[in-house]
Amino acid sequence: MSRNLLIRLGSTMVTLFGVALIVFILVRVVPGNPIAMMLPPGASDADIALLTAHYGLDKPIMTQFWIWLGRALQGDFGTSISLRQDVMSLIFGRLPATLELATLALLIAMALGGALAITAARFRGTAVETGIDLANGASLAMPDFLWGLTFILLFGVLIPVFAISGRVSPTLDLPFVTGFYLIESILRLRVDIFLDLMRHMLMPALALALPLAAVIAQLLKTSLKEAMQQDYVMLARTKGFSETRVLISEALRNAVIPTLTLAGVQFTFLIGGTVIVERLFSYEGLGNMAIDAVINRDLPLIQGIVLVFALIFVIINLIVDLSYALLNPRLRHG
Amino acid sequence: MTTSRRDLLKIGALGGAALIAGFPGAEVSAQGSELTIAYNVNLPSWDPTVGPSAVNPTIQAIYQSVFDMYIAQNPDLSFAPGLLTKWGWNDDKTKVEMEVRDGVTWHDGSPFTAEDVAWSLERAGKPETGNPIQFVWSKIGNFKVDGNKITADVKEFEPVLFKWMSFLTGYVLPKAYYEKVGAEGFEKAPIGTGPYMMEKFERNAFVRLKANPNYWGGKPAFETVIIKFVPDSTSRVAEVESGSSQVTLEIPYDEFDRLKAKDGLAGITTPISDIGMIFLNDIDVMLDKNVRLAAHHAIDKQLIIDRLLNGYGIPIDTLETPQYAAYDASIKVGYDPEKAKTLLAASGFGPDKPVKFKIQTTKGFKPKDYEMIQAIVGMWRKVGIEAEIEIYEIAKHYELRAADTLAPAAFYNWGNAIGDPTTSTGFAMFGPSPHSVWDSKDLIDMIIPLWGEKDETKRIAGWKAVSKYIAEQGYVIPLLQYVQPIIHAKSVKVTPHVSGALLPALMSPA
Repeated sequence: MSRNLLIRLGSTMVTLFGVALIVFILVRVVPGNPIAMMLPPGASDADIALLTAHYGLDKPIMTQFWIWLGRALQGDFGTSISLRQDVMSLIFGRLPATLELATLALLIAMALGGALAITAARFRGTAVETGIDLANGASLAMPDFLWGLTFILLFGVLIPVFAISGRVSPTLDLPFVTGFYLIESILRLRVDIFLDLMRHMLMPALALALPLAAVIAQLLKTSLKEAMQQDYVMLARTKGFSETRVLISEALRNAVIPTLTLAGVQFTFLIGGTVIVERLFSYEGLGNMAIDAVINRDLPLIQGIVLVFALIFVIINLIVDLSYALLNPRLRHG
Repeated sequence: MTTSRRDLLKIGALGGAALIAGFPGAEVSAQGSELTIAYNVNLPSWDPTVGPSAVNPTIQAIYQSVFDMYIAQNPDLSFAPGLLTKWGWNDDKTKVEMEVRDGVTWHDGSPFTAEDVAWSLERAGKPETGNPIQFVWSKIGNFKVDGNKITADVKEFEPVLFKWMSFLTGYVLPKAYYEKVGAEGFEKAPIGTGPYMMEKFERNAFVRLKANPNYWGGKPAFETVIIKFVPDSTSRVAEVESGSSQVTLEIPYDEFDRLKAKDGLAGITTPISDIGMIFLNDIDVMLDKNVRLAAHHAIDKQLIIDRLLNGYGIPIDTLETPQYAAYDASIKVGYDPEKAKTLLAASGFGPDKPVKFKIQTTKGFKPKDYEMIQAIVGMWRKVGIEAEIEIYEIAKHYELRAADTLAPAAFYNWGNAIGDPTTSTGFAMFGPSPHSVWDSKDLIDMIIPLWGEKDETKRIAGWKAVSKYIAEQGYVIPLLQYVQPIIHAKSVKVTPHVSGALLPALMSPA
């Protein structure tokens, strides 16, 4: 087990190095020079050369990369060109907002997907299952940002229950010390702030959650239906348990493992999906910042954000693999 | 005690209802002295004099709410006393003389002095501070302060120096405070002398401003102004439609027309100092004057404005708009497809043997930019021009323009909030400028003397002559002056600014 873990950690480092190198080269060879974007009207060739040198962009790309890597290994990921602040403090300032949104979306997706799967499995072969399948199809057919737009029109404009933009009302003064507002509001029992946060977060979270909920519902339903054919389920039935109890107490326990694995993997895609949804809802997360960084060709910030996203992906995949091994007895003893 | 499923369901339903009931509903911010604006860009940095954001025209409205410029600018682009009450040159224009307003305080209560102005100007002129307009500010130096009077030596005469004092990076910063807290401290807690004080700032989310009770121009009408950063235009429309924000700008014209007809909302459209144009690069077929002029004559600008921009736009024939100092209404190019055909025929081209070149454009960067180019390409086809459209990002445009490698034709927009010809025709058409791609010697020779012309009347006349020459030679294709759509609640009175800056200080309860 520990050998496997070491191998995984080693491969993680290689993956991160590969991502860092590819992104570093890509953002420098794609069209759009950050220096050209900040040139004053009267800039001379000497001014352009000075500015290019100031940002270290006058050296060959690989030289730039080794300089960046050397500094990054010491924790210095550079200074944002557009925001003129330390890249990592900017990223870690915004990361909690994105993690909270993605986690809320995942919880909604699991609750919704789970409920739909159980209902469909309970009423398998009936119009209820067909209806749920159709709803799942519709959820999958629409991308998250379109769900977001729909929610904005429905619950932001027509029935204005939720806030259209932002993470928290600008009029509120937050007594928090971390960026995890939702968690802190719960820990500090600040119901007013919690409700305000939910009023801002529910629409983007639901937009992110719906497509994932459909995937979870489909997979879990299939697993449940298979489990319902197993001998131990038949045994439970012969004991006189109700169909619902058999489904939840017996079948669900075994059927849920592949779904949990999928949910873990999908969480990484969900974090990727926050980029567009955060922009749509003007949510102050990492995704929103990533778009600005790309528009402004803020090379150090793009590099830092992509690396942090990659790190999150790798860590989640690692956790999923390890949990799967722990949850599945066949792998544990194998 | 056991809890049944029915109980759980009841608890769930009650919890959900409590959650919904706990939501205060749509934010209502137009209450009395509070105003919420859905703004179209984020604010990257609080120092208005350094870095890329300092030259971003859209952000200036936020800066101008907190900081004052050396010289104020009226909504019609005319200049007015600001922190400087008097300004000018000595007789031989070897010195500048400025007089500073008395009785002004910084947001922390400390007095504003002439030292602050001298320090701000000196700092702006130093290359190491990273001021993008340093090339202007460095033309004066050796500041001397005497009471509320400042004099400085002119190192190189810059006719537009005082106009720049109302333009990009032309802000006065607090010397003592900045030196005490440093750049990082200033970024966290900026202070100025402006009408509003920064109270709270959440990057990528909002800034909350509080009225400056001691503002020299009078306390602003709204006690609190919240500027939400909402880059997505659909979300901005929803913000205003739901009542969450009272004012927004830069929304699609179709949405503007729809919203202004709704109860409780009103709309304003103002021609602003931002134009759409097609850069021509002096390469390939664009070296042929007939082709250039034909390309210009073949475009029905009014039709494009009517069909694509719902009539919101003003056709232009030069890079100068009516609000600019060197506008000359007599310069006309005009839509004339027959003339375009004749010109092309003279160079051996026609509908059967079209002249071919590439035109580059952004898509979605400006309203209907790509659609406009599509329409233009259609008009060109009728006279014998076959243009291939290449779509690129705005960042790519800047890169190609700085390297002088734009395609023979390239769509772009150009802003000029001070209305001077140097900051429109000058930088756009002067070959050595990194923002120009037309490098012909005739034009360079015509423009060079104007950079240092000390006689203002002669200078403006010179620029008008340049505009006329450019139109005759077809060195650029000016298309239209943009019209800025602003949607606001009827409970708010909004005064638009021709620079395009949406200034909270110009808003009041209706």
